[in-house]
Amino acid sequence: MTNQTSVTQPYAALGLTDDEYATIITTLGRRPTDAELALYSVMWSEHCSYKSSKAHLRQFGSKAPTSTALLAGIGHNAGVVDIGQGYAVTFKVESHNHPSYVEPHQGAATGVGGIVRDILAMGARPVAVMDALRFGPADAHDTARVLPGVVGGISFYGNCLGLPNIGGELDFDACYAGNPLVNALCVGVMRHADLQIAAATGPGNKVIIFGSRTGPDGIGGASVLASASFSAGGEGAKRPSVQVGDPFLEKLLIECCLEAFAAGLVVGIQDLGAAGVACATTELAAAGTKGMRVQLDKVPLRDPSLGPPEILMSESQERMMAVVEPGNVERFLALCAKWDIEAAEIGEVTSHGRLTMSWHGETVVDIPPGSAADDGPVYFRSIRRPASQDALEQDAADALPRPDGGDELRAALLAVLAAPGQAAKNWVTDQYDRYVRGDTVLAMPEDGGLLRVDERTGLGIALALDGNARYCALDPYRGTQLVLSESFRNVAVTGARPLAVTNCLNFGSPEDPAVMWQFAEAVRGLADGCQALGVPVTGGNVSFYNQTGTDAIHPTPVVGVLGVHDDVRRRLGIGFPPGVALLVLGRTRPELGGSVWAHVLHGHLGGRPPRPDLAAESRLAALLARACADGMLAAAHDLSDGGLAVALAESCLRGGTGCRVELGGDPFTALFSESAARAVVAVRPEQETAFGALAEELGVPATVIGRTGGDALAVDGCFQIPLAELAAAREGTLPRIFG
Amino acid sequence: MRIGVITFPGSLDDVDAARAVRRAGADAVPLWHGDRDLGGVDAVILPGGFSYGDYLRCGAIARFAPVMGELVPAARKGLPVLGICNGFQILCEAGLLPGVLTRNAGRRFVTRDLRLRVENAATAWTGSYEAGQEIVVPLKSGEGRYTAPPDILEALETERRVVIRYADDNPNGAVASIAGICDERGTVVGLMPHPEHATDPLTGPSADGLGFFTSILAGVRA
Repeated sequence: MTNQTSVTQPYAALGLTDDEYATIITTLGRRPTDAELALYSVMWSEHCSYKSSKAHLRQFGSKAPTSTALLAGIGHNAGVVDIGQGYAVTFKVESHNHPSYVEPHQGAATGVGGIVRDILAMGARPVAVMDALRFGPADAHDTARVLPGVVGGISFYGNCLGLPNIGGELDFDACYAGNPLVNALCVGVMRHADLQIAAATGPGNKVIIFGSRTGPDGIGGASVLASASFSAGGEGAKRPSVQVGDPFLEKLLIECCLEAFAAGLVVGIQDLGAAGVACATTELAAAGTKGMRVQLDKVPLRDPSLGPPEILMSESQERMMAVVEPGNVERFLALCAKWDIEAAEIGEVTSHGRLTMSWHGETVVDIPPGSAADDGPVYFRSIRRPASQDALEQDAADALPRPDGGDELRAALLAVLAAPGQAAKNWVTDQYDRYVRGDTVLAMPEDGGLLRVDERTGLGIALALDGNARYCALDPYRGTQLVLSESFRNVAVTGARPLAVTNCLNFGSPEDPAVMWQFAEAVRGLADGCQALGVPVTGGNVSFYNQTGTDAIHPTPVVGVLGVHDDVRRRLGIGFPPGVALLVLGRTRPELGGSVWAHVLHGHLGGRPPRPDLAAESRLAALLARACADGMLAAAHDLSDGGLAVALAESCLRGGTGCRVELGGDPFTALFSESAARAVVAVRPEQETAFGALAEELGVPATVIGRTGGDALAVDGCFQIPLAELAAAREGTLPRIFG
Repeated sequence: MRIGVITFPGSLDDVDAARAVRRAGADAVPLWHGDRDLGGVDAVILPGGFSYGDYLRCGAIARFAPVMGELVPAARKGLPVLGICNGFQILCEAGLLPGVLTRNAGRRFVTRDLRLRVENAATAWTGSYEAGQEIVVPLKSGEGRYTAPPDILEALETERRVVIRYADDNPNGAVASIAGICDERGTVVGLMPHPEHATDPLTGPSADGLGFFTSILAGVRA
């Protein structure tokens, strides 16, 4: 190996610290080669190694509730959940924030591509995607560049891939102006027996790379781009770190892999995402025999000038790596040829405990694979609750001027409905195919997405993806529990039973103790919340360095909840039918801290967020599941952003019917409070008594508020708004801004 | 009755088209783009998707697929063919239908449940409907704006070969709100909306699309 000791190696430019560089030298007993240095730099990046978050994320395991539903958990490409009848489901959400700011279209497109390959690598057929998007102010100049690009990229990639987009989120806040958040979720379905493992086992088995050729795109995507903050005005220089997507090739990869799995041709498989070949080889080897020999010069290249470090670091899209028994290689390659996919045998599994790589005969890598994949640095970053937090908490929303009388309440509701974060999202969601594959039962603008899994039995899965950065900024512990609660509730209102949780934790720089405090509190809140609700975390993703200079985004944990629906034919949507009774479930308190009302009407963020009540969430979910199974309900909508006022408006518009309600006490609180563990339900006419009895039995407060019908949303003694006026308020905003 | 559904590598709605065929009471026969063989089927559906990625003009490469070498002459002899979305684009590229589908006027992909008017209920694929009947079926496409030279458009109108029109909004700027057309015989029909996604109110906006699939059954039996 060439190793000129007199020259300083460029470890700092690759994102490695002095200590990390010294650890590499200790591990190897010598200076690393250029290729090894490249490999460690991406594998030990924040993005790949979770070095700042690992110490906290362990709580998801140590506090995990007992669950019989988990077939594979954290540490795999994605968690796998048993949904019964022999089916297993795998789901995960991942960030593509930094690339989506630098190059919105390709950044967002490849975010979809990457999470889909994660799901595929578990052995599952990807069946749907969702996405949670956050941008700077809707009318900001740069949002006009970023938002259409991101949405167009997701549309371009997901539609061509043939995956229905069944929901997600769209929000705007000044804190995301230089740091948009693009979190993509994918869900896949398989039979239990189809579960694949990401491990290179069986010495003598062959290592095959297949899919796209390796090019110079995305080099340093994990380390230099996703593991550092943006400096003001410098994003242009990082454009080469963004990858370029080819969804057609990914579609072929999906079909090819599923055929290979079904034919029993695959011993182990791994997708190539962040850190590309470096990650796939080290992780496969570390999880298997610990030994692998790779000929890097056999990797098919799009650019013949690439050398070992670039090949290891490239994040070219649409690539997979499989471990195949020697006797099956020919059949595997023939299958790739059928789907017009290029494939190359690049190495084999060994028993000598080292990952070695050669370049035209010369050894360029010789490392213990676990040192790069598993034993990276772990940091216990300093944590400090920011001094400003007290002032924030004391600035309560209770002091804000409230609407006085019916006319002002009416105006407040119309203003909230027209705000970009609450307005109709069709400008975005109409660009996504929600019908493909023919199993979409519920999609946006419903609370959760619902997919049919088995046509014969009606078995299905429900999914929700939620975040609320304002709550988390006020109190990251409570806020994260509220986010979990909302996602859990959004699954429950479809009539499904929540089973498992995934998450995408978007934060500023972990080197800032205040950000680390937010992160630690959020993780603790989520772990405690999952324990209380009895739903395990099956996997997730951490995205740090979402900040420009010293300005970090609000803490933004995004939580996905997966539920099982016993019979999707009984699903509950949010749309009200005419002529039925409306009930509010749960207890409404005067809780307006971090509310949409305070944000939209006053530009205010302060006080405490609503109090999470996880026991009440569980009872509410149990009631909804029972009532759905017994056919008592005609519709259900969760109460969250904008409270009862927004929920009534949305459900009336969705169902095409008005309603008349009577709100006891203070109508402002009843309409705009965002107390947790609540839903509004429409009860079938002949079921009112039975439902009331069931709610009482299960300990859920149920209050009759009125009936549906007519063509206006009417609140007795306050106001009435014709449906057409509600629709105009909601639907005009995004087209007016984005064209 | 056996109806072939052709799968190109990038076909996406082939599963749905086959399901709709079965729902209508026929057998769905999978056909592969690389085979020079139509399997002796009674009719063929070209489903939606992105046949070969469609980074070029949609359907421009698919027309050269081996299976098209069999399909084009068979269609010219009267084999009923339904092209949905990408299938419509392929039929135009292959010259079985006139005109072309271009980028939507709004330059964005559009997914929307739309009211459509059945203008011609005498084709092989629309006999289950009444002329003038309105149905609700989803549209989902980025290049769905139908256009053709003036003489062709005039011929389409006078020969009643505009089969389906957008009844309310024109979602993509298609000329004369044309959503679907047929050939001179009325056996080859292409349309941008997706009737296969409207065969069951559980998974679509209506069951209005089922008529396309029952039409062909009735027609071939008669």
